[in-house]
Amino acid sequence: MKITLKIWRQKTSQDKGKFVTYKLDDVSKEMTFLEMLDYLNEKIIMEGEIPIAFDSDCREGICGSCGLYINGRPNGPQKGVTTCQLSMSAFKDGDKITVEPWRSKAFPVLKDLIIDRNAFDELIQSGGYISVNTGAAPEANSIPIKKENSEIAFDAGVCIGCGSCVAACKNASAMLFISAKVSQYAVLPQGQVEAKERVQAMIKKMDELGFGNCTNTGACEAECPKEISLTNIARLNREFLAAKIS
Amino acid sequence: MTKLNAKIPEGLLAEKWTKHKASVKLVSPANKKKLDIIVVGAGAAGASAAASLGELGYNVKVFVFHDSPRRAHSIASQGGINATKNYKNDADSDYRLFYDMIKGGDFRAREANVYRAAEISNNIIDQYVAQGVPFAREYSGYLANRSFGGVQVSRTFYAQGQTGQQCTLAAYQAMSRQIKAGKIKLFSRRDVLDLVVIEGKARGIITRNLLTGEIERHSAHAIVFATGGYGTIYYLSTLAINSNGSAALAAYKKGALIANPSMAQIHPTSIPVLNEYQSKLTLMSESLRNDGRVWVPKKKDEKRPPNEVPEEDRDYYLERKYPAFGNLVPRDVASRAAKERCDAGYGVGKTGLAVYLDFRDAIQNQGKETIVGKYGTLFDLYRKVTGINPYEEPMRIYPASHYTMGGLWVDFNLMTTIPGLYAIGEANFSDHGANRLGASSLMQCAGDGYFILPVTIGDYLADEIMTPTISTDTPEFEQAEKEVLEKLKKLLSINGSQTVKSFHKKLGNILWTYSGMQRNEEGLKKALEMIKELNDEFWKDLKIPGGLYELNQEFEKAKRVADFFDLAQLIILDALNRKESCGAHFREEFQTKEGEPKRDDENYSYVASWEYVDENTPPKLHKEQLTFEFVKVTQRSYK
Ligand SMILES: Cc1cc2nc3c(=O)[nH]c(=O)nc-3n(C[C@H](O)[C@H](O)[C@H](O)COP(=O)(O)OP(=O)(O)OC[C@H]3O[C@@H](n4cnc5c(N)ncnc54)[C@H](O)[C@@H]3O)c2cc1C
Ligand code: FES
Repeated sequence: MKITLKIWRQKTSQDKGKFVTYKLDDVSKEMTFLEMLDYLNEKIIMEGEIPIAFDSDCREGICGSCGLYINGRPNGPQKGVTTCQLSMSAFKDGDKITVEPWRSKAFPVLKDLIIDRNAFDELIQSGGYISVNTGAAPEANSIPIKKENSEIAFDAGVCIGCGSCVAACKNASAMLFISAKVSQYAVLPQGQVEAKERVQAMIKKMDELGFGNCTNTGACEAECPKEISLTNIARLNREFLAAKIS
Repeated sequence: MTKLNAKIPEGLLAEKWTKHKASVKLVSPANKKKLDIIVVGAGAAGASAAASLGELGYNVKVFVFHDSPRRAHSIASQGGINATKNYKNDADSDYRLFYDMIKGGDFRAREANVYRAAEISNNIIDQYVAQGVPFAREYSGYLANRSFGGVQVSRTFYAQGQTGQQCTLAAYQAMSRQIKAGKIKLFSRRDVLDLVVIEGKARGIITRNLLTGEIERHSAHAIVFATGGYGTIYYLSTLAINSNGSAALAAYKKGALIANPSMAQIHPTSIPVLNEYQSKLTLMSESLRNDGRVWVPKKKDEKRPPNEVPEEDRDYYLERKYPAFGNLVPRDVASRAAKERCDAGYGVGKTGLAVYLDFRDAIQNQGKETIVGKYGTLFDLYRKVTGINPYEEPMRIYPASHYTMGGLWVDFNLMTTIPGLYAIGEANFSDHGANRLGASSLMQCAGDGYFILPVTIGDYLADEIMTPTISTDTPEFEQAEKEVLEKLKKLLSINGSQTVKSFHKKLGNILWTYSGMQRNEEGLKKALEMIKELNDEFWKDLKIPGGLYELNQEFEKAKRVADFFDLAQLIILDALNRKESCGAHFREEFQTKEGEPKRDDENYSYVASWEYVDENTPPKLHKEQLTFEFVKVTQRSYK
């Protein structure tokens, strides 16, 4: 099929950047979106131009490296997929597709479609862990954990740190990201000891890093490729409130 | 004279590690503060090592090519991690896991290392649970287990199909805690290009900042490579696409030995190649073989859709050929059996290069909900990639490049032949012999990182406490940087007409054809010639756009593929040298009447370790003889 791509090109973080239009007339529906970009890049290289820079690694929706605005939506039109899992079968002949990097103050553009997501690492560093040194752990079965709670922790823990939630949010808030971590540990006994400090530190850090506030619009949940639930934000709010009172 | 001393402690198998721990030299807390350690890589191995070393008080510097350490390829590992807890009361023990791995590896791994891996497996589960890993649990609240290939007990801990993600994040977070504590300094988006050796000891690395292209020098008292496997050399593989062998190759060129490079695991259950544009293959975890049944039609030209093929027209060939283990035979066996059926014309799907993995019976017997609970994420993944609903129609699967048992040679302390250079995780060769059993890589990576390296590195560093911070302003750093720059500039100056990807695809194709699931002398020799020719062409006709001092992904890829060419030749040499079949290394000339691998223990019971000489001389082979004191070496049988 034939498609027209409008892709954000930006040489460096200082460069102003602009959209450039590319036309492809032999795209297969069997390609993934990133394989289509690979294909375009091979053509660009053969024409002696500089290919489009974009991040990806696992190409199966788990490492969180990819992640693009496609026609104004994080990861394009399909629900519950990362950009690397998006199939070209979601498009039809003659489509015009606009491709941009995430736009958020906390995630500056480095080149073309590549952004700097170090802010997410800093959020985890601020408290997204349980402080147990190697060797200090008790026997694993010494604390039974309700299956249900373990499953809630897992569902929150599957976050891949791609940044779609921030990209989807009109305030560029990282609330879904931190709430997933806070929730994962809030429902586990191991996480209780540091619960108060964790939620406070992560929220403080989020503000410092230039992410916006959460106004509960729910766009993050709708666009999260791992379908992480807003209930995590509700749980975070409860934890935060409890931390303030206690 | 061989260079290799594996430094295996004396004594009974079960006492070796305990005794060794009690005898290693120690570094006092005050001295640890003065010592620098570089860790390259932050997967299941690197992140756990970095975190543990930081906790101990060393100054750690971590380098990854990813934008964040959380994205290491380990994040994609799926099905589980083994431990000998014996929670199922099914007679599991350290010895049994050890024996399963030794046998699974077709008696080509070192007893002492493998036993230690089994021995510390329980500590790993304890550690992960304490770190908040949400492993699957029973209704009682206690931890759940499942089975993996090549074993008859249930010892695998799992978090749906995302065990690696949960374990890797736990280690990443432990590492993040040390970053906050100031004990770890993180250098992301850095490619390690060379190792710096000063007076015979590993003292530093040369890196390229992938954002600016700047070439940098970093020094330390000891260096740890946790850089993962090189299964991507086959182009299509189940690994993350940027996985590579460059750091291992750099160490090799500086004097470290590479062991068993041709021992590459082809995993039986990957989603088959679907089209020519494909950039990677998606794994369907081995855990699926717990409940999924593998079959092909009995008739060659079967036209009916799988659900309409009646029971009597189905060939459950694994159950037929290997009744004792059935669908849970080890990977090498399952892969060859699939290839054999497809080559004989019974394959299914558009290309005929696929077999069915069917859950019909499991869903009938256990109910859909149970299957969702066990494999939900994997089923979703399958549906996303293929558009087929595996709850209703059998999956189609085919073998794919997945894991490299070979890697940097290390002794019992996980040190390479270069003093002060350690290799952990998939980057070393140590525990899996000629074939790795499922759910044992995460176990080895975490064992190396959390529990072994932090002990053994102290033994070396105890003699370094008087060594001040290593200067990067030395002739050795100067020289290494100069050589790196020359090579990079040479790559950029080729100015040819073919892209990196086109070369990588061709190289992968040669390796897959001649050095994949089956090998023979004639084919291997032909492959070596083909690789040499293609390598010459690469250095004459490669096209790389852009320059050195900028973010340039084509250039990064070109460097990796250039290194793959060197590694590929080593793989072929190794496969040619080993005139026997064992595990994943199946030389057609050496097979039993039933078509199983036929070992030659008399002549090949050794680790083949290769030493780099120079560009014009073939590498030198060193043999580490394997002695089996505690197991009886037998013909592997899963019947
Ligand atoms: C799809 C899939 C599923 C799997 N499932 C399982 C499973 O269920 N159970 C199991 O036990 N095993 C499984 N495995 C195997 C297991 O995932 C790997 O063997 C293991 O994760 C390797 O971990 P590692 O820490 O050694 O290296 P990796 O996780 O590969 O990490 C390598 C690190 O090194 C860095 N690096 C590499 N080269 C350089 C360089 N030149 N410069 C700078 N940094 C560099 C990278 O940035 C990264 O941080 C699976 C593998 C695959 C492919
Ligand atoms: S490339 Fe890993 S999530 Fe897309």
